[in-house]
Amino acid sequence: MQLYLPIAEASVNAFLILGIGGVVGFLSGLFGVGGGFLITPLLFFIGVPPAIAVATGANQVVASSISGVLAQVKRKAVDFKMGGVLTAGGFAGSSIGGVVFDYMSRLGQIDVFVQLSYVVFLGGIGALMFQESLRALLRARRPGGAPIRRSHVHSWVHGLPLKTKFRASGLYISILPPLAVGAAVGFLAAIMGVGGGFIMVPAMIYFLGMPTRVVVGTSLFQIIFVSGYTTLMHAMTHHTVDIVLALLLIVGGVVGAQFGAQAGTKLKAEQMRILLSLLVLGVAIKIGYDLVATPAELFNISGVRS
Amino acid sequence: MNRVALALALIVLPAISQLARAQEQIVAGLSQNHVQITANFDGSSILIYGAVKRDTPDPGTPPLAVIITTEGPSAALTIRKKDRVVGIWLNRDSVNIDAAPSFYDVSTSMPLAESLSETDDLRFRVTLPHRIRAIGITGEAANSEDFVTALMRIRTAQGRFRTEENEVQLVQNTLFRADVTLPSDLVEGNYKVRMFLTRGGHVVDQKDMTIFVRKAGLERFLFNLAQEQPLIYGLISLAIAVIAGWAASAGFRWLRGR
Repeated sequence: MQLYLPIAEASVNAFLILGIGGVVGFLSGLFGVGGGFLITPLLFFIGVPPAIAVATGANQVVASSISGVLAQVKRKAVDFKMGGVLTAGGFAGSSIGGVVFDYMSRLGQIDVFVQLSYVVFLGGIGALMFQESLRALLRARRPGGAPIRRSHVHSWVHGLPLKTKFRASGLYISILPPLAVGAAVGFLAAIMGVGGGFIMVPAMIYFLGMPTRVVVGTSLFQIIFVSGYTTLMHAMTHHTVDIVLALLLIVGGVVGAQFGAQAGTKLKAEQMRILLSLLVLGVAIKIGYDLVATPAELFNISGVRS
Repeated sequence: MNRVALALALIVLPAISQLARAQEQIVAGLSQNHVQITANFDGSSILIYGAVKRDTPDPGTPPLAVIITTEGPSAALTIRKKDRVVGIWLNRDSVNIDAAPSFYDVSTSMPLAESLSETDDLRFRVTLPHRIRAIGITGEAANSEDFVTALMRIRTAQGRFRTEENEVQLVQNTLFRADVTLPSDLVEGNYKVRMFLTRGGHVVDQKDMTIFVRKAGLERFLFNLAQEQPLIYGLISLAIAVIAGWAASAGFRWLRGR
């Protein structure tokens, strides 16, 4: 069934978009990530203009994050105070990201900039995650080799001013590091059309020292607001949110996510992490290859914004 | 005296214009002059039909041809060329085109080379290269002509630029018809249809018509809302996301709970 997208001004196959939403939703439910890092490149791939893919991807992330966070709230696995601080940073980062996005668009380098961001961040995080989960998997194989992790590692982060208590996380730290983490992830969210959970989660664990129990829920909680803000920003300044495209992605995505979450209960945490890292690495390698390989068409056309 | 001159003028002037007017004229119509882009829009086919009206019998030679061009709204464009910089392909040189049609179709009743002389092509700006306005691009990049060629190549591959020789059916040198297929990724605006009647490559008559392409229904509503009320549009987008996200998790919990 062909459907005309009012903002993208193109006719697409509705079932293809539903399918993309469904598959990505399944993976995001399985791994507990927003899935923006898959949706946006896939939209590029089927020919949706980058600006529309990024803005519409952000809208889709809102839906999948809400779907995910509700379960986490029930489990009391959301640190609302930490989420609020991260969100405040996220708004600032997202605003700066929007300005950079505009500037790069005018230079004609936005495609490469977005692709490079994907390669660097997905590649970096994917490699770290792969290495870490492989080690954990090997350790789990050995009898009696349970991993020992200290819950409190003191570093320079703990010496900063403006300290406050984050009860749900059991932390007493400065609000500056969470603000900075929020800003960095918000910046990437605006540019890459992603929620940024894949960066947020490791940053929370290793940089802020939050307990794993509240990490996913707090990350999802914060992503709702930052992605919502990003969506509004793109809608207001560029008119690039395609509501029909978003609706198709969301319907496919939320249904897929529920099946993914069910399937996820059958996998072990280590196995899941290693699969997710492979997926993230795969996307990074594919995009990286496209940057380096000689393109079939050297020329490209873009409209001049009036 | 004055009155005589006026009378003379009244008699002579129409005669002169009659002479100057083409011996053969186009009478034509479109199957539809409004195209509405709705949610299930998947391209549209428009029948262009007409006849050659003449006061004197068909002289037969030189050969008669009909050329029909359909042109979508023009817009300014930037064409960029990628170059390898430290192993990565980056957009480097760029050329700004003042105006290029978003869609251009040339249909002819016989091969273009036989139906249109180069001078008349230039005069009436019939073929695609004459419709692309690219003034002063030579200073913008080396081999700037390559950029225009690339534009034509890319849009031809997308089916947006077409040359369809022998697509116009001309019957008995009098009746003609052609089908123009508008693609599904149509840009809104006025599509100009030009019909040329040529003899031995020279244009003897031209007739212009317009097809109005508009978004309609929900598409129109959403597009206007996004442009004119971006805040409300953005909030609606978010509301859909919030409701869908909540409904999915609530719905599945209910299914599982049963």
